[in-house]
Amino acid sequence: MAERGHGDQKTAGAGLNEGHGEGLNVSLHQAGPIPLAADFSCAPGELLGLVGPSGSGKTTLLRAIAGLTRVSGGHIHCGGEAWFDAERGHSLSVQARRIGFVFQDYALFPHLSARDNVLLAVEESAEDARLATAHAWLSRVRLEGLEDRFPHQLSGGQRQRVAVARALARKPRVLLLDEPFSAVDQVTRRRLQRELALLRETLTIPMVLVTHDLEEASSLADRLCVLHGGKTLQSGPPETLFRAPASPQIARLLDRHNVFSGEVVEVDGARRLAWGSYWLEVDQGLEEAMLGQTLRWYLPPSDVVLHRRGRPSRGERENPVEGRVQEMVVLGGVTHITLAFGHDVETLRFEITTHAARRNGLARGEIVQVSLLASGIHLMQGASS
Amino acid sequence: MDWSALSVSLRLALGTCLILLPVGLWLGRRLARIQRRRALFEALVALPLVMPPTVLGFYLMLAFAGDGPLGGLWQSLAGTSLNFTFTGILLASLLVNLPFAVQPIQRAFEAVPDTLREAAWCSGLSPRQTFWRIELPLVRSGVVSALALMFAHTLGEFGVILMVGGAIDGETRTLSIAIYDRVQAFDEAGAARMSLLLLGISFLTIGIVYGLSRRGGRRHG
Repeated sequence: MAERGHGDQKTAGAGLNEGHGEGLNVSLHQAGPIPLAADFSCAPGELLGLVGPSGSGKTTLLRAIAGLTRVSGGHIHCGGEAWFDAERGHSLSVQARRIGFVFQDYALFPHLSARDNVLLAVEESAEDARLATAHAWLSRVRLEGLEDRFPHQLSGGQRQRVAVARALARKPRVLLLDEPFSAVDQVTRRRLQRELALLRETLTIPMVLVTHDLEEASSLADRLCVLHGGKTLQSGPPETLFRAPASPQIARLLDRHNVFSGEVVEVDGARRLAWGSYWLEVDQGLEEAMLGQTLRWYLPPSDVVLHRRGRPSRGERENPVEGRVQEMVVLGGVTHITLAFGHDVETLRFEITTHAARRNGLARGEIVQVSLLASGIHLMQGASS
Repeated sequence: MDWSALSVSLRLALGTCLILLPVGLWLGRRLARIQRRRALFEALVALPLVMPPTVLGFYLMLAFAGDGPLGGLWQSLAGTSLNFTFTGILLASLLVNLPFAVQPIQRAFEAVPDTLREAAWCSGLSPRQTFWRIELPLVRSGVVSALALMFAHTLGEFGVILMVGGAIDGETRTLSIAIYDRVQAFDEAGAARMSLLLLGISFLTIGIVYGLSRRGGRRHG
């Protein structure tokens, strides 16, 4: 959570640059063979996470930015320069775009040492300067002393670092990362993610990360862009997306539960959201909705407050609802609870500390009371799911 | 010892290797990448492997004749015939050795992942530089295999050469044909000496190939 907060800060700064022709602007559209309807931008110094299920077109978009895949419609601009413009039939070569690409399998040249892999991408003409640059990049990714090793003599994590050094050694104008952590074990992955988070602080180019790992994307990226079937559905800071997905589909793609349906009603002159027999208070969005309209709504698990038995506490008057514990999953210190309601087939999921679950004597089949915080209830347009 | 036969054999083998190497690289690389009608082209390249040498030699002899399609063309260009000449057996050797030039190199190119070429482009290498600095080093073992197969196979080729070239001393009589001639002339000692020489050359070739590919194997893992 601390990392996510840090990401938000970054976005505030990066957002200022948007729309000024700086950074990377992508708008790609085609009917086939891989359908695309993607529009997104990435500011200098910003790390944009492209997330979506496999087959959603993430890698295709990344390859199109690099110039490795040809798309039939749209345009790509970087730093004000046109890299691709379908209307004008213009497309810069891969070499001329100057991109750093970290491939999923790293694509290190097996016949070259770590040093030579990086050296290949260095552009200075003087041999001394070239060697110095290659060495500097290998040091940046903490590979001193391993320069003479060949890829097969390096561990998975070390190979990934060579790939990152090689991608950056050319002073690229955009850094593209295609599932860069998928080929290593979890311990190495955490370490490499930490290193990337540190490294990116020093980079002032747009960075695009493709991943299917939502946790990875939300901890590394300043902004996420949700893709499905080649279409960009919503983009924004991870926290915003997780709190306010624009549609039930996006909520599902982001692995969010707690999506329900309610009807806009008026009770004693105030707007309420009728959900079963409850009239829920909602902080935002109800006034704009039409009376009698059925809306889908979402509540982040963090905005579910469990009532302590026999000890009323603050906030219990806020949208109190009663549900039956359908499922209790203890995962270490955290217990995941699923509540079922008589009036809705959808269930409510939230987490409490295992300690609190024990103290409250929670068990399957028990009836418990929770508050649904009015500030957390997010109304979504479109009744379809 | 028939030194002129050894000379013809070596010249034929070297010529075949030198001419077919670029052909094998180009065709092997193309065949490794194409999707459509790949099986057809592969079958065409492999055809000389399955044709009986005497049958292939017979057709070549017809084509090379002064009134044949190839022989006629050559006659008008160079003023000489193709049958019973070194040029004729070299042409025949090129055709016979095509699969040995293409197949090992094609297999080697197939083993080079596309992402390596793409990574090279992303690193700023032009397609030409990518070929010389990335692809060629990676298909080296395939190239060595192709050279060895062509060299050894040309030294041993008998049927096609005999049909197209006959056994003209210093022109078309290769070592293999000379050995046959010695046996026909009841000179078993001469045949034995030349057979031993051919055996030695073949053994050396294979030795070099294994040595080179093992060195490559150690380096590339």
